[in-house]
Amino acid sequence: MAKMTLEELRKLRDTKKVEIQKRDISGKDSQIIIGMGTCGIAAGAKVVLDAFLKELDTHHIENVSVTQTGCMGLCYVEPTVEVLSPGMPPVIYGKVDANVARLIIEEHIMHSRMVSEHVFDRPSTDIIKDGGK
Amino acid sequence: MAFRNYILVCGGTACESSKADAIYEALMAECNAQGVSEEVQIVKTGCFGFCEQGPIVKILPEDSFYVQVKPEDAQELIAEHVVKGREVKRLLYSKDPVKRHAKVEDIKFYQKQYRIVLRNCGFIDPENIEEYIAREGYAALEKVLFSMSKEDVIEELKTAGLRGRGGAGFPTWMKWNFTKQAASEEKFIVCNADEGDPGAYMDRSTLEGDPHSVLEAMTIAGHTVGAQKGLIYIRAEYPLAIHRLEIAMKQAREYGLLGTDILGSGFDFDIEIRLGAGAFVCGEETALLASIEGRRGMPVPRPPFPAVKGLWGKPTVINNVETWANIPVIIIKGGDWFSQIGTQDSHGTKVFALTGKIRNSGLVEVPMGTTLREIIYDIGGGIAHDKAFKAVQTGGPSGGVITKDYLDTPIDFGSLSKLGSMMGSGGMIVMDEDDCIVDVVKFYLNFSVDESCGKCSPCRIGGRSLANLLEKITKGNGEMADIDRMREIGEAMKKASLCALGQTAPNPILSTLHYFRDEYLAHIIDKKCPAGKCKSLITYSINPEKCIGCTACARKCPVGAISGERRAVHKIDPAACIKCGVCFEVCKFGAVDVR
Repeated sequence: MAKMTLEELRKLRDTKKVEIQKRDISGKDSQIIIGMGTCGIAAGAKVVLDAFLKELDTHHIENVSVTQTGCMGLCYVEPTVEVLSPGMPPVIYGKVDANVARLIIEEHIMHSRMVSEHVFDRPSTDIIKDGGK
Repeated sequence: MAFRNYILVCGGTACESSKADAIYEALMAECNAQGVSEEVQIVKTGCFGFCEQGPIVKILPEDSFYVQVKPEDAQELIAEHVVKGREVKRLLYSKDPVKRHAKVEDIKFYQKQYRIVLRNCGFIDPENIEEYIAREGYAALEKVLFSMSKEDVIEELKTAGLRGRGGAGFPTWMKWNFTKQAASEEKFIVCNADEGDPGAYMDRSTLEGDPHSVLEAMTIAGHTVGAQKGLIYIRAEYPLAIHRLEIAMKQAREYGLLGTDILGSGFDFDIEIRLGAGAFVCGEETALLASIEGRRGMPVPRPPFPAVKGLWGKPTVINNVETWANIPVIIIKGGDWFSQIGTQDSHGTKVFALTGKIRNSGLVEVPMGTTLREIIYDIGGGIAHDKAFKAVQTGGPSGGVITKDYLDTPIDFGSLSKLGSMMGSGGMIVMDEDDCIVDVVKFYLNFSVDESCGKCSPCRIGGRSLANLLEKITKGNGEMADIDRMREIGEAMKKASLCALGQTAPNPILSTLHYFRDEYLAHIIDKKCPAGKCKSLITYSINPEKCIGCTACARKCPVGAISGERRAVHKIDPAACIKCGVCFEVCKFGAVDVR
């Protein structure tokens, strides 16, 4: 990417905004977002990331993206994973290990059933989208 | 994700046949009729696996599980549950098979939070600048470069009333304004990321989760005060944060958001990282600047303040990570918006690292004015293992403790100092009945003594004397005169120390002498440690009425201090006992007494 001008930045923002908002509305694709701050990684988030990639591969699922993010703040149930998929509410799973990752793929992604034992919270109010309180 | 409630309607085949569609329609119509359709999202989900009680409607975040719902129930569900927040008891299934671990306490974790600083943490990929841009990233910089004057920026910060989040709470606009007004060819912008309080990790998480927010804010400051160079001073112990900052800086340069001629505006600004070697005192701004210059990290008396005479003698704006992360939002949404959040004295939010004997430890961001009770009981889910709450420590080694009588105090800069503690950078450590206050204070004081740079004598000598007195008390040799002596030394340190480290180091002692005098007296007069922590003051013994002679303790005792035949009462030899507590832990009959 070459240096941007003001117009290019605005254009990029508009395009990306649409993409990122797909997470909130019922887009076609599911997203798995893994909390990978130092805390998450120490609790095993890297293993979980690998497990998700492996499971998606095993089931030949291609419309699910796996990305990383920073600390979600739920230190008591690390590693944490947010799953956004169409027709389902946004869910944060906690205490995720390789086995739970498999369950999330098989239940949540493939059959739209939540893995209830590991549901901890939904994301907080988003000030960027809300425009404040 | 702005919805207040999610209503999940079972869309499995079984429920579909028992009118799930009609229920969905009815709920939708009711939401519209009662004016809450913007706040509620209704979704059809897969089967909950509980078909014999279908159709099922589940409402989040309360996790209420309604069974055998009919379309006629929609009106009541929306009116009671969504609008008034009361569960509709007659439709609730009590033995919710799906609920199990998803306790109500857990679900409250985010509800009382309001995330400004952490707006992107746990949401975007920190290693991808485009995700940050999509979330209004660099829109504030855009505004500052092209449609605001430098005075406007200062004015906006003034309206916002943002105060430094590093602990002292100095108004940010004033710092910026001093530097802006100072005449100098060269000026600097510095980010203080030398987070060192035990148990605090707010800044690390912010940098790891949203590095661009800090870069953008520093660039804004550079433009406003007339600086072209920024430095981030960060602990070398934070490798991931450093790594992500480096990626973020590289991407920002590639996209033309750092470097020369930013966005074609003609403004040049770049940022460098400087690693700290882990000295706590380098979190103090003058010591930090000395460390960047390559000198020994020791504070110097202020004034002159860094805003006028800072790095290499040039005017320097130095702010903490959390302060920086607030700036872009204030520019975009305006100072008025920001000033409406929080209390009269302190605007905005504060991030806390909630740790200790708490059920849900975590990183929380709440509006100023939230009470400690809400943070500890609603967000934190209360004390772990149902023990009794004893105190909460805020402000790390510089803060004090707050007892249960003050749990309803709304937290802001002013209220915490009034209680003898301080906001600090945001560590919040919860203690329960098993924690010995004197022991905890000793830990903090020893931390401050270890980290004292040794330059001024009140801190160097006073800290050591206080530590010795505490050691004496926990060893069982304390005298009543020690209490007055500690107070005297503490007051002297507060007045005479050169920097905040020494001035605040006695805070843990002074505040606990006030709130937990009884516990000091128990150590000094009764020679007892009520919490059973101070080894010199406790003895382990076996209660002959409870001991059944199972030999479990004798087998585990690492020093062979326990004797006794099988099925006969055992005995602990106090001379040999090292008070490790293993016998207490292994005894299944509660026969080991700690006194």
